[in-house]
Amino acid sequence: MVEITIRKRPRTDAVITQRKFFKKTARGKVIKVLRERYLRDDVSCGIHSCRECAAVEDAKPTLPSSGSTEHPTFPNGHFVLPDTNVFLAQMDLIESSLFTPPIVVLQTVMEEVRHRSLPLYNRLKALLKADDKQTWVFYNEFRSETAIVREEDESPNDRNDRGIRKATAWYNTHISLARPPIRGQTRPPLPDVVLLTDDAANRQKAEKDGIKSLSVRRYVEGTKDSSKLLDLLSATGSDTLEPTKAVSARQALYPEYLPMATLLAGVKSGQLHQGHFNANQYNYLEGSVPVQGLDKPVLLIGREHMNRAVQGDVVAVEVFPEAKWKASADEVVDQETTLKNDDAEESEEEGDDVETIAEQNVLRSEHSKRVASERQPTGRIVGIIKRNWRSYVCHIDSTSLTSSNQTSLSQQTVFATPVSRLLPRIRLRTRQAPSLLGQKILVTIDRWDSTSRYPEGHFVRALGKVESKEAEQESLLLEFDVPYRPFGKAILDCLPEEGEAWVVPPKSDTNPEWRDREDLRDLLICSIDPPGCQDIDDALHARPLPNGNIEAGVHIADVSRFVLPDTPMDKEAAARGTTVYLVDKRIDMLPALLGTNLCSLRPFVERLAFSVIWEMNADAEIVNVRFTKSVIASKQAFTYKEAQIRKDDPHMQDDLSKSIRLLNTLAVKLRAGRMAAGALNLASPEVKIHMDTSESSDPIDVEQKELLETNSLVEEFMLLANISVARKIQETFPQTAVLRRHLPPPKTNFEKLQDILKKRKGLALDVSSSGALAASLDKCLDPSEPAFNTLVRIMATRCMLSAEYFCSGSVARDTFGHYGLASPIYTHFTSPIRRYADVLAHRQLAAAVSYAPLHPSLHSKPHVERVLDVVNKRHRMAQMAGRASVEFYVGLALKARGARGTVVEEAFVIRTFRNGIGVFVSKLGLEGLVMFTRETQFEPDGYRITVPAPQGDTAIAVFDKVKVQIEVEKDRNTQRGKVKMTLVGPVDLRALSA
Amino acid sequence: MGSRVEILNDDGYRSDGRRQFELRDITMDLSPRGTADGSAMITHGLTQVMVSVFGPREAKMRAQTLHDRAVLNVEVNIAPFSTGERRKRNRGDKRILELAASIKSTFEPVVQTALYPRSQIDIYVHVLQQDGGLLQASINAATLALVGAGIPLLDLVCAVTGGVHSTSPMLDLTTLEENDIPHLTVAVMPKTGNVTLVTMETRLHVDRFGDIFKLTCDAAQVIHQEMKRAAYARTRRLVDAMDVDSKSILLTGDNVDKDTAMNELE
Repeated sequence: MVEITIRKRPRTDAVITQRKFFKKTARGKVIKVLRERYLRDDVSCGIHSCRECAAVEDAKPTLPSSGSTEHPTFPNGHFVLPDTNVFLAQMDLIESSLFTPPIVVLQTVMEEVRHRSLPLYNRLKALLKADDKQTWVFYNEFRSETAIVREEDESPNDRNDRGIRKATAWYNTHISLARPPIRGQTRPPLPDVVLLTDDAANRQKAEKDGIKSLSVRRYVEGTKDSSKLLDLLSATGSDTLEPTKAVSARQALYPEYLPMATLLAGVKSGQLHQGHFNANQYNYLEGSVPVQGLDKPVLLIGREHMNRAVQGDVVAVEVFPEAKWKASADEVVDQETTLKNDDAEESEEEGDDVETIAEQNVLRSEHSKRVASERQPTGRIVGIIKRNWRSYVCHIDSTSLTSSNQTSLSQQTVFATPVSRLLPRIRLRTRQAPSLLGQKILVTIDRWDSTSRYPEGHFVRALGKVESKEAEQESLLLEFDVPYRPFGKAILDCLPEEGEAWVVPPKSDTNPEWRDREDLRDLLICSIDPPGCQDIDDALHARPLPNGNIEAGVHIADVSRFVLPDTPMDKEAAARGTTVYLVDKRIDMLPALLGTNLCSLRPFVERLAFSVIWEMNADAEIVNVRFTKSVIASKQAFTYKEAQIRKDDPHMQDDLSKSIRLLNTLAVKLRAGRMAAGALNLASPEVKIHMDTSESSDPIDVEQKELLETNSLVEEFMLLANISVARKIQETFPQTAVLRRHLPPPKTNFEKLQDILKKRKGLALDVSSSGALAASLDKCLDPSEPAFNTLVRIMATRCMLSAEYFCSGSVARDTFGHYGLASPIYTHFTSPIRRYADVLAHRQLAAAVSYAPLHPSLHSKPHVERVLDVVNKRHRMAQMAGRASVEFYVGLALKARGARGTVVEEAFVIRTFRNGIGVFVSKLGLEGLVMFTRETQFEPDGYRITVPAPQGDTAIAVFDKVKVQIEVEKDRNTQRGKVKMTLVGPVDLRALSA
Repeated sequence: MGSRVEILNDDGYRSDGRRQFELRDITMDLSPRGTADGSAMITHGLTQVMVSVFGPREAKMRAQTLHDRAVLNVEVNIAPFSTGERRKRNRGDKRILELAASIKSTFEPVVQTALYPRSQIDIYVHVLQQDGGLLQASINAATLALVGAGIPLLDLVCAVTGGVHSTSPMLDLTTLEENDIPHLTVAVMPKTGNVTLVTMETRLHVDRFGDIFKLTCDAAQVIHQEMKRAAYARTRRLVDAMDVDSKSILLTGDNVDKDTAMNELE
């Protein structure tokens, strides 16, 4: 039994235990709130073998008793006690593995950080849990000696600062009280608790009270690895110490932001619009913000109107009157070429220097050429509602270095060019610039002042040499925010104790494993997967029934048996959301023991499964469906190819081959039924990378993936299982079922494609429904060009929205539909090893068939929504990471091929610009840009560009087939690999551009 | 507000500095007020409730009198200044009626009404300040007021609120916590362990219910000790004022646990 006590407190201390404040509600009403707190003496200081705190129960001190003796200023040992601003501004420093002193985190500080920035608060919490850091949270507001009350005329900030100072002083006296001098012995030296703060006024006050305090910079300068750590210092922190130039003297380059209250009021009243800022990847001087209420995104032209927004920020835009609306530029403007001479150091005084003028020229020349017909809402950003800055993978621009001497340790201001084309260059100061050249590095943006053309950031860490596989891989994972750390101990502890040796226990009525489980071990079940697949989540079977119907079953790995709710493993899986597949690496959602062994439905062993079993008639109509937990033993694991061969070989007449044939006949009918209902057959450029050998993993070639009949077989049954499960869980849990939907795309998305098709090919695209679209896509044929249809499908796919998970109670019933699959309801159930949404669906289905009660969290709509938000984001990121990884390898393959001779491929034109064309190389799944240096004639309405050539001018238009030479060239300044394409046919421009 | 305050943080502290199984400060004041036969003022943290008991007395309304026992009449009045948001509730307010009904049904099996046929016992509950645990405070105060009025009870009734944050149970919730987590109020007769009231207005998973229910029953014992102490101290003071030999009281006072009483004296 637990001990239940009453917290008694004397009546007199109401002054310090009660807190009164006024709160304004959303409706503008003012409410008085009274809160109390209970002060206690059993709040532990967290220092090992502290006599005073030994009596406190269940406190596990984590700080070493003598602190850290590494810092020369404090030979007796010390602890650091940072204030709030240190955590807010210098989190990278504190997270660094080189920053080792024991840290005391005050409750006051924690709360302030939480109040100011949730992402930082989460990082702080992760830091507190990290094994390699010595940290302790001291609840100073709950300890009677250190609790303070805000005085009259004292700002909350000052109150917190005073609280922090008081806690520091308390720590120092506490240490001396806990270690009284023993008679006859010299008193051992006492460690200091040092207040870290960048607030000079706070330091002064601390000194007056006799508390040791240091600024972060001064503290770090004293440490061993100061040069490495100093780089991690963020710019905001160093500002007060090193005022380089008078900020006020500088000219503002950007308009100031409006105050937050004005922004919110403006958005509410409809004068301003709110949305995510999207940079234009072809033209760095242009961006757009999709907003509600306008059909087309708001266009932002020029630096000033983009006003320091960075990709992904939530911004408020003001839309200009219609007379000032403009069309999007039709020119490619590259940041590096236009601004290559901008100097990192000198641009402290930015104004009418050469670059600005060059930029203005670009804009001016563009304006005159903009097409009036394609005007779209134009506006400017008046404020940022929320920054979405993260760490960016960058290269150091070698030209911005003042001294590239390897041993130079002088502080330099350099430019870091992000890998993503959507981001501006970042200016940072570093002492190790020369050694960072040719490396991929991680950079965080600290701030972007209105007087500075570029955002200012600081160096976080180096990832490794450019083009080394490790660095590229890690940078990819970081860029797409994929959690890739190995699984921690707490997570691995959730695995079955038997480890690899775990087996399904022998069948018995008493064994809990066999409770409510069907024994399907005798069924002829097999799995069909891509070659080399280790995480087999699904297996199938089919057999004729005596009544003439057919029984077909899909068996999915029973992951929810191993991943129980509310365990560390479950939390980690929810945070990872999905397994990420890169070309040469898989980042698992679940530990490998589960994913590739215990859950994986490997052949010849017994495995736990969750089965969906249909009874179908010969026309593949469902007569009956049931769901059950089961035990299966797969008879064979096929690859798509093997299964295909087995099916097609008339000599194979064994039962397994027959059941594959049976499955196939059903699948064909299912597919026909789906297509008749209006499902889309979309295409995306998927390619396969051929590796040389498994060790060197050098890609040697790229080819397009081929699709076999058996691919479609598996797909049909998985879709059917998902739909059946979706119906069941939606029926049982109408409020919280985990479903997936695909919203129909807005018609305006197709306008451009429709226009191009009409003008170029005389074809019409009917987008009124998914069925109509499917039918009209089928008609988009060019007899002379078989690949044309695929190209149109790829372009149509890009016009669509992406599918998403949702919680059935949070959206209207009529928006449940899946547009692409033309199914009224859908979910993901069939890959629980690699998708977390499937795990949730498994739990809900298990509850729906009364196998196990549903965990309370899955009854809560907000909880499900929150989890699915994360999963949706991870899913999107995982797809992008996978694509980027393929792109990287295609680049490597091209380089390998390029070494053997020039690579010339056929490509389709998909976009035209004033000074270039966008092409798509279907054989490589690669999209690229061909730039023209010479004057061209451009007809934007006809999507045609005329290129002058020696043998006569040649017109090139969208959908034309051209020949391009592809090579990978390194940018001389940043060492960033870039795919360069040059036109070879119909006009050979190689000589001209060289 | 919910997202800003952590109900239970990683180190086991609640937002007001208590730990999971710690009740708020309780004070019980049994001094008489006005013409009431028995009255009690109780505070649980920032919740303050005053209860006055009148009776048993002749029933005012003929129609409601019962020939074989007394009628309990509970009226609740929530002061408009009791919450931060000043709001006047009239007496017909459904929530107030429900609160009164809960209190009435809690005490009906406890008060020995059969001893007073054709009479009426009035329990007037005044809520002066509220910060969660309104029902618990009302019931506890009513018990003490009934004791003060000298009305025979089978046992003292002790009420406690309990809730579950994720999977961790906690006791005696403040408004902030009540708004955030599922909770229930339990009223127990501590000697027999009989439960006279369990109410829950939020959804709670059935697996958690058993744990939290048991926990609140245990917590009721703690409140019971506190009540006995208060009742004894009040008696003691009266006895001193009357200048009667205290020993005789001690020996006859069956209702008071002697050991506790002695401890209290020493």
